[in-house]
Amino acid sequence: MPFKAGSFTEVLTQHGVARRDFLKFCGVMAGTLALPHDLQTQIASALEAPARTPVIWLEMQDCAGCSESFLRASRPSAAGVILDVLSVDYHETIMAPSGHQAEKSLNDAIAAGGYLLVVEGSIPTKDNGVYCCVAGKTALQSLEEASANAIAVVAVGNCAAFGGIPKANPNPTDAVSVMDLVTDKPVLNLPGCPVNVVNLTATVVHFLTFGALPDMDGLHRPLFAYGARIHDNCERRGHFNAGEFVKEWGDDGHRHGWCLYQMGCKGPVTYHNCPTVRWNEGVSWPVAAGHPCIGCSEPGFWERPTYVPVELHEFTPPATYPDVVKEMPAIDPTNAAVTGVVAGLVAGAAGAVAIQQLGKKDPEDEEIVED
Amino acid sequence: MTVDRRDFLKMSGAGLGGLALSSFESSNGASHSPEADEDHSVLYDATICVGCKACQVACKRRSNLPPDLDSEGIFDAPKGLTADSWTVIELYQEDPVTYSFVKKQCMHCIDPACASGCIVSALYKTEDGPVLYDGDKCIGCRWCMTACPFQVPKYQWDKTVPFVQKCDFCSDRQDEGLDTACVAACPTGALLSGKRGELLEVAENRIKDFPDRYVNHLYGKDEVGGTSWLYLAGVAFDKLGLPKPDKIGTISPAKLTWPYMMAVPGIVVFMTGLCTGLYYYFRRGEKTGEEA
Repeated sequence: MPFKAGSFTEVLTQHGVARRDFLKFCGVMAGTLALPHDLQTQIASALEAPARTPVIWLEMQDCAGCSESFLRASRPSAAGVILDVLSVDYHETIMAPSGHQAEKSLNDAIAAGGYLLVVEGSIPTKDNGVYCCVAGKTALQSLEEASANAIAVVAVGNCAAFGGIPKANPNPTDAVSVMDLVTDKPVLNLPGCPVNVVNLTATVVHFLTFGALPDMDGLHRPLFAYGARIHDNCERRGHFNAGEFVKEWGDDGHRHGWCLYQMGCKGPVTYHNCPTVRWNEGVSWPVAAGHPCIGCSEPGFWERPTYVPVELHEFTPPATYPDVVKEMPAIDPTNAAVTGVVAGLVAGAAGAVAIQQLGKKDPEDEEIVED
Repeated sequence: MTVDRRDFLKMSGAGLGGLALSSFESSNGASHSPEADEDHSVLYDATICVGCKACQVACKRRSNLPPDLDSEGIFDAPKGLTADSWTVIELYQEDPVTYSFVKKQCMHCIDPACASGCIVSALYKTEDGPVLYDGDKCIGCRWCMTACPFQVPKYQWDKTVPFVQKCDFCSDRQDEGLDTACVAACPTGALLSGKRGELLEVAENRIKDFPDRYVNHLYGKDEVGGTSWLYLAGVAFDKLGLPKPDKIGTISPAKLTWPYMMAVPGIVVFMTGLCTGLYYYFRRGEKTGEEA
């Protein structure tokens, strides 16, 4: 959506975002992207530049939860303005036009090219993908058309990134993820259920500032957000190390904010930045609220039993120490007595048999003696 | 120390005399061998150690060792050195204010008892300092475990084909000019690596400069003929689970046992001759079965 130079501040003002808040937002973005704070200025000027990178947002087999997440700001935020007002050209849930008008704006944007394609939801492939159709086109077709002119494809939410709930067993629609289908364009995954809007915004901001996608891990997840495990930065980690675990909902440990590992927390095997950026503008996040992490940014998370402790793959020492004096296993008097009696019986029996045998003369021996 | 040496000399004299062998000059017990000054060495200062276990984690990562799981299967919690834990931080605590951490690992003796006890030379001392283990030679007799004064070598009791396991002083890293994994991981400088001669100086200066902080003893300088790992601590070393300095002496067990080992061939020849002679002496009048 083109807009005149200099009007950025006006747009912000219209949405009740002060310049100060905008700069603070740029600082937060620099922090989320793990960039030096000095880059805040660079980010601000990149965002204020008149040339915008449009965003097209397609919804496939999804619950619109990621869209909700991105609209969930309690007040109009700088992030909302950047994504919603200035960049997003087409979004099925939140755009004002509908029907043919909406399709026209989509086709216009695709024809213009040079956009970031955001995909939410998995894509059904069974029966030629008839299980998800918009405007008479299947999700497969829409994705193929929309990704053709895109600079890059951003898969938001676990469904788009790894298949999510639609792909979970028994997967009735043969749902697949975006990276299973789009092979000719760079694909960036922002898994989560839903995606955290901070990470989506930071990815867009990174792209606007540097003209490139951020560094990614093996699963195409940006390292700035998915470089560390929940467990690594968890505020309850100290309790894990000390061996202080919640054993039951509402027990004393739960009230004292102890570690939720034994209640099924997937933090030790889940890569996400929830503990640092948190949710709802930094208000809280599941583990802070007393619920174990469900591992929503990992492939196949829906197949994992939520309240069963996850199998650990990396082990760390506890916060306790072995004693220099090694405890020798104490001998139980009962065991000693039983062992003694048994040994005595065996020895006694053997002795008795031996005496009996010695008393007898071996006929063969006698023969030899006579010889 | 002197008592032990006296005991040793008496014992070896009696032993050799009893075996009707000429007593020979037992090797001298000079503890501080200058040729070891160039050895790679590490100084562990227990008063600087904060017990963070970074060394323990780094050791496992570098050597790719499996965890020693606790009963609940959550932590890597070795209770001491094991076949899978080549270094462990242990805690000595008298009361809440009197405590000390202590790092355990192979001491890499200058004249290692494990290597002298090994009948197939599976354990051997390298020129740079590390005492290494060759699993291909090992026959699993575990003499090294009996021989080690520090109870360092551990056996893989749970394996079908078990090996002896112990710290290898990160000899591959040392060859590349790197510090050992534990030294590289230590965040407080409680571990200091360098040439043995230089570290002896550093350690002795520390004791001299801060006499209140340390027990006036540099563990490993003379113990069992000197070790590549040197220990400084604020509490007595026997409380830290290390053998008492005046108990293990300053002579390496290898040197202690050498006279006895030397006697073995003689005994074999002598006893064979003696027994053969006696046999023929007592059977001289008897006829053989065939002749009868």
